Formats: sequence, structure tokens, C-alpha cells
Amino acid sequence: MKSVFGDRKTIIILLGPALLLYVLLKIVPVAWSLGLSFFEGNSLRGFEFVGVDNFVKFFNDGAALQSVGVSVVFAVLATAGQVTIGYLLALLYVFVLRRGSAFVRTAVFFPMVLPTVAVALLFKSFVSVGANQGPVNDLINFFGFDSVEFLASGAGTMAVALVMTWWGSMGFYAVLLFTGLLDIPEEVIESARLDGANGLKLVRHIVIPLSLPILLSSLIFSFNSTLKVFDSLLALNGGGPGTQTAPLTLYMYRTAFEYAEYGYGSTIAVILTVLCLVFTLAIFRSSRTKVED
Amino acid sequence: MNSRRSRRTLLATGIAILSIGSLAACAGGSDGGSGGGEGKDPKAFTVLLPNENPTLKAQLDALAENQCAAENEALPLEHQSVAQADVVQKMTLLASQGALPVHFVAGTAQVRPDGDLGASGLIVDYNEVLEPAALDNILPAAKSTVENVYGGMVSLPYQYNVEGIWYNKQIFADNGIEEPQTWDELMDASAKLQAAGITPMAQPGAAGWPLTRIMGMYIQRNVGPEAMQAIRDGDAKLTDPEYLAGAQALADMASAGYFGEGFTTMEPDASTNAFLTGTSAMKYDGSWLLSNINDEGQNTIGTENVGFMPFPAVSGGKGSIDQWAANAGTATATSAEQFGPLVSDWLTCISENYGQQALQDAGVISGFKVNGEVTDVPETTALVQDTIANIDETVLWFEALFDPKSNSLASTNVSLLVTGQMSPEDYMKDLQASIDANK
Repeated sequence: MKSVFGDRKTIIILLGPALLLYVLLKIVPVAWSLGLSFFEGNSLRGFEFVGVDNFVKFFNDGAALQSVGVSVVFAVLATAGQVTIGYLLALLYVFVLRRGSAFVRTAVFFPMVLPTVAVALLFKSFVSVGANQGPVNDLINFFGFDSVEFLASGAGTMAVALVMTWWGSMGFYAVLLFTGLLDIPEEVIESARLDGANGLKLVRHIVIPLSLPILLSSLIFSFNSTLKVFDSLLALNGGGPGTQTAPLTLYMYRTAFEYAEYGYGSTIAVILTVLCLVFTLAIFRSSRTKVED
Repeated sequence: MNSRRSRRTLLATGIAILSIGSLAACAGGSDGGSGGGEGKDPKAFTVLLPNENPTLKAQLDALAENQCAAENEALPLEHQSVAQADVVQKMTLLASQGALPVHFVAGTAQVRPDGDLGASGLIVDYNEVLEPAALDNILPAAKSTVENVYGGMVSLPYQYNVEGIWYNKQIFADNGIEEPQTWDELMDASAKLQAAGITPMAQPGAAGWPLTRIMGMYIQRNVGPEAMQAIRDGDAKLTDPEYLAGAQALADMASAGYFGEGFTTMEPDASTNAFLTGTSAMKYDGSWLLSNINDEGQNTIGTENVGFMPFPAVSGGKGSIDQWAANAGTATATSAEQFGPLVSDWLTCISENYGQQALQDAGVISGFKVNGEVTDVPETTALVQDTIANIDETVLWFEALFDPKSNSLASTNVSLLVTGQMSPEDYMKDLQASIDANK
């Protein structure tokens, strides 16, 4: 067996097809996009080489920089909520519900299988105001306050989008972190308890340090997916009001596909890729240091 | 070591050649088509329409089975569809691959003479390729509107829409309100209706354009019918006081509460429902609302209670209440490369028969002459027909001549304007900056 897997030809035969597919589906489009970012135009009008003009334009484009801000703020808040709520649920499964957590795990995970656009429309109707008022404003009226048009402001739209994202994905992170908590040896927990560590002390000094690798993996996973948010913010309020909740992905989509500026659209895509890479490396580096500690 | 380095160099060179090759292949798309309508007939009359317009597809099918059966026999009708939001992307892609359908919807900016399709000579100008008899079937007003919007006769007017204010006659009568002739009278009527507990005007802010239409019409009445052409030509700025007045008027109307609760995020269907169930007294909209008005399931106030009036005059303004905003539906172009005698026959048959077919079957008022008798025309449809027949001058809507980016900005930012998050000055300043940057 060792001689088979030690043979270079065997490795090439086994890995070759997968590697080829990966290169075709991942590397080529990224390289293509990178190439296009140095051009201006579209496939019909033709492309004109403009060097780094698109990158210079990006850093002088107020709308693009605003979109970066929206993406980063959304990613930070959504990640913090997703991982925190997921972790609290995981602790609940392991230390409170124990073996009886299967039903709760399934129920909390369920929103994850719903289409994002359907969830966005659901939340839109929850917070609607006026003739087809939703339950949230009914509740606000019940306590004697005036209805609030959440989606008429950037902060309101962002708040609804975050709640929607947390609700939709907390079950997934709970299950992910739950598996991490299951890996902590029972004996370690028991001996910590015998040493007098209970409740918060146990979580702070034993559980969190031992589940740090899976926690940081969750952070990387969550940040990368939320930094690329598109459909939920588009379906919720079209990136509005104005462009106050338009993430970089939406700006890229509009630039490339609505305005047919493929060169500049590719530049935005490249910058988004770099952003994802930078944040991932930053979290990864800090995670390596902490885990090694 | 050397061998590894040379392999890396080879790999990098390979990727570079692949990228450059791909880009070069794309760049070749600018050569475009032959232009001038000298193409050969295709094997089928492929028509690409938006999913959101099932009526047009149904009417073309009906023509293929009846009045245009011979044309359909010679060149069978085949449908393709696309989501309205993906039209620009899809047509750019198809055109660059040399795979345009024969007859298709396209983005407004794409079909203009300086647009991607127009400049590449990929589409026909119907004035140049259609027989005079076919051109005669296009109403002069519709032809003029198409030429104003698209810069040439590059679209067939499958719809001909006028825009104005639909109102509930019963609610007006109950509150002692006459059709407002001036903006001030409209505001007085709105105040009276609001005091009576009725939403004066149902406008769906979620769509953006129903709000910018009001601002645009105020500007047309204030500055005159050439107001938006002056912006396009650089002879005026949106930040000029008479243009700013339009944004201010819209903002004032919103802050007074005349659009009702929750209008900023209201969807078009909800606002139509509010008007047709008597919750609101007015709605600025186009004549395409007729299909909803004529639907007894939706209209509970009765067609006899629906009135249609022009946007009122602005005191001291240069525009007239007799100038109606009009449009001729989505751009529907024809491939120059595939325009042969059989395609010409099809389009001639459409121009002769579509007007009657669509009006009789779907109550759609098109920009084609109605060549034949149409029975049982609903009362409100007849009212709009009369209105169109008596129009001497039409004007374009607010964003009609904007580039795609500025068009989008006008609609997205208007929610900030009507919620007071953006001043009229800032709204117009941003919009003008976008127009200047995209010239």
C-alpha cells in the first residue's frame, strides 16, 4: 500500500482529475477575472486595456467604498452573532439538554434549509407597516407606540437583516460547535468539576480553551460567507434605502450585469477576493497564536 | 531545482496565454453584425420576451394561429424568455456570441445609436427596413415617443402608455373635490382627503420610479416639456432652482403624509390594491393599470368610479396640463443579421394586426393602429383611448434620457429623499454628478 501511494504516477492518476476540475472551475475564473480587471468594456463593445485605472477608480469611488463598509460591518456583526448564539446553543445542548437535545437541534437547524430569499420575504412581511402590517408593528402598537417602518432606514434594514441572518444560521453553527464540544474528554470536565470549577468558571477556563480550534474555524467560515452576502440584502430591501445596505457583491453585480461594465465589475470581484483572503489570514494567524498558547 | 523552476515558468506562461487568449476572444465581439437589415432569413422567428410580460407572448401566439398563420407557416414562431432584470446581461452575452434571437427585448441604453447594440449595427431601424404600409400602421404619437426615447425607430410599440393620475370619482364627490387643475389644488384636495381619513395618493415607494415620476412631472410642468432634454444636452442642471423645486415638492408631499403609512417600502401590487379597494383616493400610474382596473376580482370600487386626469399644472410654470407623459413599453428590437424577407413579412403582419388583437383579447392599448372592429371595450379603456386620441404633445418621464447608472441612482435614492434622510439639494447634486460622470 505504501509503495502504491508513494508512487508519483499513482498520485497523479488519483489526484489529476480532481485537480484539473479544481483548476478549471476555480483557478481559471479567478485568473480570468484578474485579467479582466485591467480592461474596460464588455464582451460586445470589446475590451480596452487600461492598466491599473480600474483599481485607482475603485479607491476614488464613494459608492464602492460605502459598499465595502456595508460588507465589513455586516460581516463583523453577523459573524459575532452567529458564532455567539451558536456557541450558547451548543453549550445548552451539551450541558443542559444533553442526550435529549436531538429535537431542539433539528428545530433550530431547520431555518438553515429554507431559501434565503424566502426568509428575507418572510422577515419583510414581519416588519411591514400600514395596510398589510406585520406582527412586529402589531406588537409595538399593542404597547402603545407608533408603528416603525424598519426598512425605511439603513440602521433598521441592517438590524432586520442581522436578526434574519442569525435566525437562519444559528442552528448550523450550533451543530458545528456542538461536535467540537463533544470532542472535549469527559474526564477533563469531571476533574475540573472535582477541582471546584462549575458554571461560568468551567466554561471560561476549560470549555472555551479546549474548543478554541473549532470556534476559530467557525469564525473564519462565518466571516467568509457573510462578507459575500448578496441575496438576503437584495431581497430584503434591494440594498436600500438608497444604497445604505448595498454590499460589495451587489455593487459588483450591478456594475457588471446591469451597467455592462465587466472590467470594473471584475476589479470589484478581485478586491472582494482580496478582502476575504486578508480577513481569513488575520483570523487564521490570531487563531494559530491562541491555539498554540 | 532548475527543472522545478522551469516547470513553474511554463505553468505561469500557460495561464498567461490562456487569460490573454480568452480576453482577445472577447474583445473580438466589437466587430458586430452586418447592419442595415441586409441579413438572411433564419430558420425560425425566434422571439425573446421578458417573463414579466406574458400578455405579449399570448398575443403573438394568437396571431401565429390566426391572422399571421401564413407567415408562421413560412417561418415558425418560437419563444425564448428572460427575467426583466437580466435583459441587459443576456442580450450582451448573446450578441457577443453572435446568437441574438430574431426579435428581442433589450435595455433602453443598449438600443440607442451610441449603445452597445446600436453602435455595433446589430439591430435594424424599422424606418429603414419596413415597408411604408407596415410603418403606416404605427401611430404617429407612438413613433415619435419611440424615437425620442431610443434615438431612432429601433423598437416596436407593443404598448402605448400614457401616465396620469387615476382617481376615485365617488371619494372625490363625497368630499366635494373637483379634478385638480393645478398643483396647489392637488395639495388642497390631498389635505382635505387626509383630514377625512383617506390616504390621498397610494404610491409604492419600494419600486422607486412611482415617486420619481411625480418629481419629474412637476419639473416638466415647471420648466416646460424640454426640461429633461436640457439636462441630457447639458443646457441645464438638476441643481438649478426650477429643477430643485420638483424634488422639494415631492419631499413636501411625503412629509405631509399624503402617501399614507408605510409607503416607502410599499410594493406596487399593494398600492394598486389600496386604490382599487377604495382605501386611497388617487394613484399616479400608467394606462397599463387598465388590466387591473378591468379585472372585477381586483376592482371593488367599480370601473364607473375610476377617473383619469393629467398631472396638474404648476402655477407660473412653462409646461401645460395638456402635455401627457407617454412611453411605448420595453425596447423590442430586431436582429439586423437575420432580417430577411420572411422576417419582414412577420413584422408587417404584426403591425397590421397587433393593435386590434391585443385590444380585443387583452384590453392592451398598443402603438399600432386598430385595423378592424373591437367589441365590448370596457368603459375605462375607452376613456384612455379617447385621451390618447386627443393628445397633441407628449413628454418623457424623469429618467428616460439618463444613462443606466444615473437611472438606477434616481430610483434608489428617492427613498432617502422622501424620508427626509437626504435633502432635495443633495439628491439632485448626487444625481447631476452621476450624469456628468457618465457622459
